[in-house]
Amino acid sequence: MSDPAATASEVERRAVVRDSLGVGVATGLYGVSFGAVATAAGLSVAQTCALSLLMFTGASQFALVSVLSGGGGAVAAAAAALLLGVRNTLYGVRLTTLLGWRGRRRALAAHLVIDESTAMAVTRTSTATARLGFLVTGGTIFLLWNLFTLLGAVAGATIGDPRSYGLDAAVGGAFLALLWPRLDSAGHRVLAIVAAAVALGLVPLAPAGVPVLAAGGVALLAGLLREGRSAP
Amino acid sequence: MSGAWTAVLLGGVGCYLLKLAGLSVPASVLERTTVRRMADRLPVALLAALVAVQVLGEGHRVVLDARAAGLATAVVLLLARVPFLFVVIGAGATAAVLRAVG
Repeated sequence: MSDPAATASEVERRAVVRDSLGVGVATGLYGVSFGAVATAAGLSVAQTCALSLLMFTGASQFALVSVLSGGGGAVAAAAAALLLGVRNTLYGVRLTTLLGWRGRRRALAAHLVIDESTAMAVTRTSTATARLGFLVTGGTIFLLWNLFTLLGAVAGATIGDPRSYGLDAAVGGAFLALLWPRLDSAGHRVLAIVAAAVALGLVPLAPAGVPVLAAGGVALLAGLLREGRSAP
Repeated sequence: MSGAWTAVLLGGVGCYLLKLAGLSVPASVLERTTVRRMADRLPVALLAALVAVQVLGEGHRVVLDARAAGLATAVVLLLARVPFLFVVIGAGATAAVLRAVG
């Protein structure tokens, strides 16, 4: 390793792996909170683990469980999860040229497209380091998220009444923590307040699950209206 | 919980296809500003609604109980830049303690 360029890239590779592992471990561990919440809310251990394996995108998983446990139907629960999952589509658009995978590799990589793996890839300047950041972050989280979901699910299934442990409040805290970094502009803060108000206003009137979906409609409308105003 | 498997499979497969679509669809389709703006706002609105319904909803009623105190704890912890897992635990513990006392 006397070639300075090779040494520099080795240093960069190590930094990417270290950062990605840090993010991956921190994120993977909170799979335990999802596992506990999901089984305490009434899902079986198998259903909870299937969600982490198949869906593998935290906010959507919490949303699905929240709508189901609130009495919402299967379609409303899945729809809430899907609407939250739309952001992963946008991440994919940014990642596709950066990662440069096709065919089967692309199909496998798609499963790892989440907030954290995207964040650890898009800041890289080369395909090699972008792939490294994406795979180490996504792979670490996939492994730990599923392992800790199982641990949390088994624990959650045995603890009795989830309300006495405050698990319903814990889910609210989880949603707020997911929302928090997105409240970075006045527009987003106003939208969050309007969406919450619309959802609460609909709680007495609409079937469970619908208030949350209606809030999604508010977001789509906000996107359209802004477009109309800025159009020439 | 009836319909849980339907929701799990429908949502799981759908979320995977949404990810795959991003890596497969020509960028021009999704890079339009309206689409991007909507996708940027969707998580904000949905997560805010989920916070509200999860913390204040009780069947078809809006109620103020120990969950709201849990959320207040979460706000304080987030302002203090505490990691995700501890925010979740803090919110739950606050509600649990209040229920045990009250």
